[in-house]
Amino acid sequence: MKNSTTLTSLSRRDLLKRGSAVALGAAVGSQAITGFPTIWAQNIKNVTLRQFGTGVSNINEIAKKAKEDLGITLEMTALNTDATAQRVVTQPKSFDIADIEYFTLKKVWPSGNMQPMDISKLKYFDKIVGIFKDGRLTPSSKIAQGTAPHTVSFTDGPNSKSFSKSMTNWYTMVPTIYNADTLGIRPDLIGRPINSWTELLNPEFKGKASILNIASIGIMDAAMVCEAMGEVQYGDKGNMTKEEIDKTMAIFTEAKKAGQFRAFWQTFDESVNLMASGEVVIQSMWSPAITKVRSMGLPCIYQPLKEGYRSWGGGLGLSRNLSGLELDAAYEYINWYLSGWVGGLLMRQGYYSAAPETSKLHMSADEWGFWFEGKAAQNDIMDPFGNKLEPKGAKRDGGSFEERMGRVECWNSVMDENRHMVRKWNEFIAA
Amino acid sequence: MDTVDRQSPLSTLLQISPISLILGFFLVLPIGTILIVSFWDYNDFSFFPDFVWTNYSDALGSNVTYKTYLNTLWYAGLTWFFTFIIGFTVAYFLAFHIHTTRWQIVLFLICTIPFWTSNIIRMISWIPFLGRNGVFNTMLQSIGLIDEPLEFLLFSDFSIVLAFVHLYALFMVVPIFNSMMRIDRSFIEAAIDGGANGWQTLTNVVIPLCKPGIAIGSIFVVTLVMGDYITVRLMGGGQRASVGVMMWNEISLLLYPAAAAHAVVLLAVVLIMVSLMMRVVDLKKEL
Repeated sequence: MKNSTTLTSLSRRDLLKRGSAVALGAAVGSQAITGFPTIWAQNIKNVTLRQFGTGVSNINEIAKKAKEDLGITLEMTALNTDATAQRVVTQPKSFDIADIEYFTLKKVWPSGNMQPMDISKLKYFDKIVGIFKDGRLTPSSKIAQGTAPHTVSFTDGPNSKSFSKSMTNWYTMVPTIYNADTLGIRPDLIGRPINSWTELLNPEFKGKASILNIASIGIMDAAMVCEAMGEVQYGDKGNMTKEEIDKTMAIFTEAKKAGQFRAFWQTFDESVNLMASGEVVIQSMWSPAITKVRSMGLPCIYQPLKEGYRSWGGGLGLSRNLSGLELDAAYEYINWYLSGWVGGLLMRQGYYSAAPETSKLHMSADEWGFWFEGKAAQNDIMDPFGNKLEPKGAKRDGGSFEERMGRVECWNSVMDENRHMVRKWNEFIAA
Repeated sequence: MDTVDRQSPLSTLLQISPISLILGFFLVLPIGTILIVSFWDYNDFSFFPDFVWTNYSDALGSNVTYKTYLNTLWYAGLTWFFTFIIGFTVAYFLAFHIHTTRWQIVLFLICTIPFWTSNIIRMISWIPFLGRNGVFNTMLQSIGLIDEPLEFLLFSDFSIVLAFVHLYALFMVVPIFNSMMRIDRSFIEAAIDGGANGWQTLTNVVIPLCKPGIAIGSIFVVTLVMGDYITVRLMGGGQRASVGVMMWNEISLLLYPAAAAHAVVLLAVVLIMVSLMMRVVDLKKEL
């Protein structure tokens, strides 16, 4: 870590400080000779891009491969969801590329600290799935509630701080990763089928349930539960009224006071530990956390529920401060990101790639069948790091891509009544 | 050499400038910033200069704030009580029952061994010990004392206070031990000669003479607990509230001015508590 930092800061300083003929040539070259890929590729070799994002996609393998393929040095910083929003808003000069979620984007885009991307420069735009264009997975599918990615994906021009309702040539963020979330359960400790979100508040699991303490995501899980119980009817779970928020939090506060929850978790590791230790048998959970518990040899299911999934998606956005050679390098990096290798890496951990077609080339037929098509594994399924995830014959919880992403009920979101929601959430935590 | 009262103004200025600069940069400046930001306004994604009282009225007008303060004071009170009992006993043993300086030093160092690791590690190591299927519950079940695991052991007020006591007991031991070592042993002999029993000697001689140590230890423990958030969050399973946790929630949701207002209120509360403690013991006089 330390090594790479000093190395990269040196090379960057080389470029900036010395102002030598080489550096000057490179800088001038990047302006004048776009369209000559060989010379260009040489130039971007010296570029360092600082990227931050959540732990799910900020993994060193990506930086290593980018260095190999493009010559670009990536400095990755992994933060939690809330911290990514803070970083964009409060430290705009500290990053070049923001790897953030769409609902975070909705919150931070108006700050003007990010710049949109010119879609004509994106090589794989036509391979990106419909969810990130018009909101439809297939032409006939319905649009889910919440901050659906397509509602915050387009903007009117390079300097616009607002979102465009229809598709334009300016993409706020290039989608990279998404998934459909549901509840995780320990089938061995529960011993009966679970098929509804209502089970989270079932008194049978008193003191053995958990929900995540990230307000904007936790409220969604809470809403899925309250709606399934028939206690609250929502106009839009992703944009609740004050009254809907109050009702939802009242139901959860009552459950909390009755001792329903063992703990609330905020990080991936906490959710894994709660589940693996048997402190909790049913909780909000993320897909790789389930995988992690299973890899410890414990049964754990990402339980599909009849009311559908809560979904999230993330992508790469550019800092307002990027320009010239570094901006070109960022485009090159993003095009490379969608070209398939990274997609394969993400898909083999249980996420989905924004351009699945390209990822297919980097997965075996068996892996593609298991992760994307929901087919039974022909051989043992391994994760990208060489650990065995599933034995031969296993099937993915929830089935194929269409079965899972086609049943998304709501996206993670930021509401108009955000301030009220946050206050109510804090009261719930303190109750 | 000039005597002190004839020093030139310049050398006085030079002498006080290092500490003033350090305090100015690292104490006054940050607190001043927090105070200023606490009057700013904010929306979902940014905060901006303004002069509004809403942050304070939100903080002071909410029941949750008072409940949270009560809860935090409850933790501080319990932690103070247990660290005092443990700290006083340990210090008393070291000061009066160990007669050679060498052994005093050896035993004192043994007390500090747990403090060689990070306090987060010390805290987290309680979790597998106290859990539902943890070491302690398994042990109790295997010797047949209980049938069902004890749930209150982890993610509860019990585990929070336990961790606090574990983390901060040494802060009580050190100053109390220090005061006890300064007690002239002939006072105790005089008390015994005067016919006082052990208890009377303790309450009439030892404790009054240990007051400065107790006060310093108490200030350490109480201020640490009042400002803590990570212990409450980890040991309370994210379900318990403290003032620190409340501020942390606000910061993570970008509500910096609201968090700053809470910080100012907390600072005021802690300063009042410390000044009350100083009133009980005049530290300047006693030291």
